[in-house]
Amino acid sequence: MIMHMNPHAAESRSPRAKIAVRDLWMTFKSPDKTKSDVHVLEDINLEIRDGEFVCIVGPSGCGKSTLLNIAGGFLQATQGEVLIQDKMVTAPDPRYIFIFQENGVFPWLNVEDNVGFGVKRPNPAERQKLVDHYVEMVGLTGFGKTYPRELSGGMKQRVEIARALAAEPDVLFMDEPFGALDYLTRLRLRAEVTQIWQRERKTVMFVTHDVDEAVQLADRVVVMGKRPSRIRDIVTVDVPRPRDLDDPECRRLRDHIFGVMGLDHSGLAAPGAAVEDDEEKSNVVNLNDRR
Amino acid sequence: MRNKLESVLLPLAVALGFVTVWHFAVKWTGSDIFPTPRQVLAGTWELVEKGVLFKFVVASLFRVATGYLLAVFIGIPLGLLMGWFTRFRMALNPAIQVLRPISPIAWIPVAILWFGVSDLAPIFLIFLASLFPITVAAMAAVQNIQLVYIRAARNFGIGGLELFKKVVLPAALPQILTGLRLALGVAWLVVVAAEMIAVNSGLGYLIIDARNAGKRYDLVVAGMAMIGLIGLGLDWLVRRMETLDEVRWGISR
Repeated sequence: MIMHMNPHAAESRSPRAKIAVRDLWMTFKSPDKTKSDVHVLEDINLEIRDGEFVCIVGPSGCGKSTLLNIAGGFLQATQGEVLIQDKMVTAPDPRYIFIFQENGVFPWLNVEDNVGFGVKRPNPAERQKLVDHYVEMVGLTGFGKTYPRELSGGMKQRVEIARALAAEPDVLFMDEPFGALDYLTRLRLRAEVTQIWQRERKTVMFVTHDVDEAVQLADRVVVMGKRPSRIRDIVTVDVPRPRDLDDPECRRLRDHIFGVMGLDHSGLAAPGAAVEDDEEKSNVVNLNDRR
Repeated sequence: MRNKLESVLLPLAVALGFVTVWHFAVKWTGSDIFPTPRQVLAGTWELVEKGVLFKFVVASLFRVATGYLLAVFIGIPLGLLMGWFTRFRMALNPAIQVLRPISPIAWIPVAILWFGVSDLAPIFLIFLASLFPITVAAMAAVQNIQLVYIRAARNFGIGGLELFKKVVLPAALPQILTGLRLALGVAWLVVVAAEMIAVNSGLGYLIIDARNAGKRYDLVVAGMAMIGLIGLGLDWLVRRMETLDEVRWGISR
């Protein structure tokens, strides 16, 4: 059990970081002059090592997806920068593939053509081999010629994961990829993602609002507060995989993360944040029920 | 199995009932001018024997095909560009929205003025009638593309013309196809009206000529039935396209 408190001071800026988020601030300018701008992220500093699996958790609307979108090159930060392999991110890049919550699998292509979409290899035989390999890895062998409309939500998300891996990226950005799935499917996919990650060792930045999910998947969990959010804590999960959520260490870390999020919840609520408050409360109930 | 049988038998029963009512309605009212179903069949056969029916059907279909395909080849690219480029849409959309509600029938005098009594006049009218639904459908289709597809493609390094070919077009295709079906229906409606005035061949001409030259209402109704049957066939063709895997995901039923 290693717990890394107060990330702002103690983060060592090693040049070997795969992803480095530096002094990042994000404000959404309101197009309507009468409304005030929305401050989403404040002073975010984070370093992710090569091959590390990092989860970012926080209450709904806290800006964790915004952070991921900036890292993926889909959004421009107001201030600060994200470096991947020491290069500033300015646009999406095929080496860093994003997996979307709303599922970005192309419905007009069958499973094979979807998985092959981002394959860079020109040789058709190699290409087919790569496609077959990843279709098999996500357990969709036999569904190669099937179109997405005939697949379940979980299978579609598997296609998207295979499509991302087949592009042979260095980094995977996953934005609540299981958020729209039912509970059991989510559990199964978590286990599968763990296995795949253990084989592929990609650097993963994974956003979720589900604390259980974060503890089960991550090497480190970045806990964010309510909007405008800063990093509240970075928790190292030093439990061998596959992880059982009933493991005492997992429980303890979950309670700790929950405490960090919950502390924020009591008393300090900003005006106009009532909706997020309610969402956060319902999160609390769900987590308690699951125990 | 039972459903398939019913889907044939039920419409057949309705058709039979309709023809029966029609027959007795003519008999009981003692009309001299309005034909019975049997007279319409005889009239149709007369048109076939004289070689007129086939000639007129081909003439109408040729005009529809020419005007419609012209509209497809101009309307789809135009709509795609309008959907994709905001400036382009800003510039052209008001003009299209003003021209669109003008019935193609209202253009008939203008068409005759420009093209005279020739094939060009109805072809122009069909082109106009099909162009707007196709353009507007293609434009809306592009605007409705889910952002996640564009973002995913960009992430894989796809941009420019390749993005258009690999993502924008296929993503827009189902809605474009719905527009194509709508436009074909309108085109088939317009050809009949255009032929009544601007030319002397085709099914529209057949109907107006049969009435003017001797009140041959058996031939009028024969022409009407032909128009209905061919319209059904055209719609069936487009519907077949809608079942293809590449578009079926986005066709709302």
